[in-house]
Amino acid sequence: MAMARKSKANKIGRDNPMLVFPFTVARVIRESHDTFSLELESRNRRREFSFVPGQFNMLYVYGIGEVPISISGDPNRSKVLVHTTREVGTVTRAIRKLKVGDTIGVRGPYGRGWPIEKAHGHDVVLVTGGIGLAPLRPVIYCLLSNREKYGKIVLLYGARTPEDILYRKDLERWRSRFDLETYLTVDRATGAWHGNVGVVTSLIGRSSFDPFHCVAMACGPEIMMRFTMLELQKRGVEDARMFVSMERSMKCGIGLCGHCQIGSTFVCKDGPVYSYNSVRNIFMKREM
Amino acid sequence: MENLERILSEHPFLAGMDTKHIQLLVGCASNVVFQKGEFIFREGESADAFYFIRHGKVAVETYIPQKGPIMIRSRSEGEIFGWSWLVPPYRWHFDARALELTRAVALDGKCLRGKCEEDHDLGYEIMKRFALIIAERLEATRLQLMDIYGDGPKK
Repeated sequence: MAMARKSKANKIGRDNPMLVFPFTVARVIRESHDTFSLELESRNRRREFSFVPGQFNMLYVYGIGEVPISISGDPNRSKVLVHTTREVGTVTRAIRKLKVGDTIGVRGPYGRGWPIEKAHGHDVVLVTGGIGLAPLRPVIYCLLSNREKYGKIVLLYGARTPEDILYRKDLERWRSRFDLETYLTVDRATGAWHGNVGVVTSLIGRSSFDPFHCVAMACGPEIMMRFTMLELQKRGVEDARMFVSMERSMKCGIGLCGHCQIGSTFVCKDGPVYSYNSVRNIFMKREM
Repeated sequence: MENLERILSEHPFLAGMDTKHIQLLVGCASNVVFQKGEFIFREGESADAFYFIRHGKVAVETYIPQKGPIMIRSRSEGEIFGWSWLVPPYRWHFDARALELTRAVALDGKCLRGKCEEDHDLGYEIMKRFALIIAERLEATRLQLMDIYGDGPKK
């Protein structure tokens, strides 16, 4: 009887996408002066949380409000849900104040993720800037856990300054691997920095992937993605093989409210990941 | 000299250039080495060369009083730096410093300017190529100035 009740409860959770589930803050990780990650665990310890890299959740701080935040953890660790965000407004500031043991509401996951399967047998180029690395980190975990399925994997990551670089431990691990080409760059630095300085798009010409047999995924500020697409095109990558993650004001998460509509699509439901083919015109429209 | 000709003719920057023009460039070229931390040139000095980096990394910097050196751009293997040799008054606008042991091919700017004046076809080829580099630098600088990773929308 109890089993039947629990099974029903789980089913309700899946069938009702607006249902908010309580999660406990298990760990708070300071990534930079204004960016942090939260590791969350379900109050129902037996509940597993599965998601596709690129999807997002609505995080609800009780009494304050809700924000859409992409999932930045490892899809293979289904007991821990990781979100990385910056303190930019009321809700994210409230999230930042949460402590280990506090409760936060989670509903999701929502949206379409990155085309990882489409990349099987091809080189993969990941171009990201700033906090855009967060939605791509699950992709990197996935690619590396199935490394044999892909050709070269190239990660190009740009940050504002060396102090703004996220996931330093992960990046150190990735840079030490021979099967992952990782380049970092910052927009400005003092003399103590010995890495690259310049915009992330300048790394595209330097990396050694096959432009005719690759899948490119870009995530970051929209203007960065625009210039990334132009650089990839210069290298010969087809528009249909380039993917971007769009950011709009998502509210309901299921394509009902219309807040995140761009053109004929809803970012929360039809995105946030789109092929460049399908949003190329939107990129150039100022009204969008 | 044969080695320099091979290095220059295989470099993407000079792809498609006539052999006779490459040979003219070789006449102005030399191998150079910079130790880690060594200044390759300093702001205000006479801009008398540009460089093809064969190995190593170079920081393009400017010095801000009370703040110290700020790195504006880095250049590494396979890349080119320095275009002030092409534009009067032929003075460097920034410092360049080797971040690690750096080997490069230096093209003597004064020698090259002379050859470009004598052979306008060569001059046109060089200008076309440097125009691309200058445009790319301008675009990158604009992106840097936009501070694109700054605060996003309030949430």
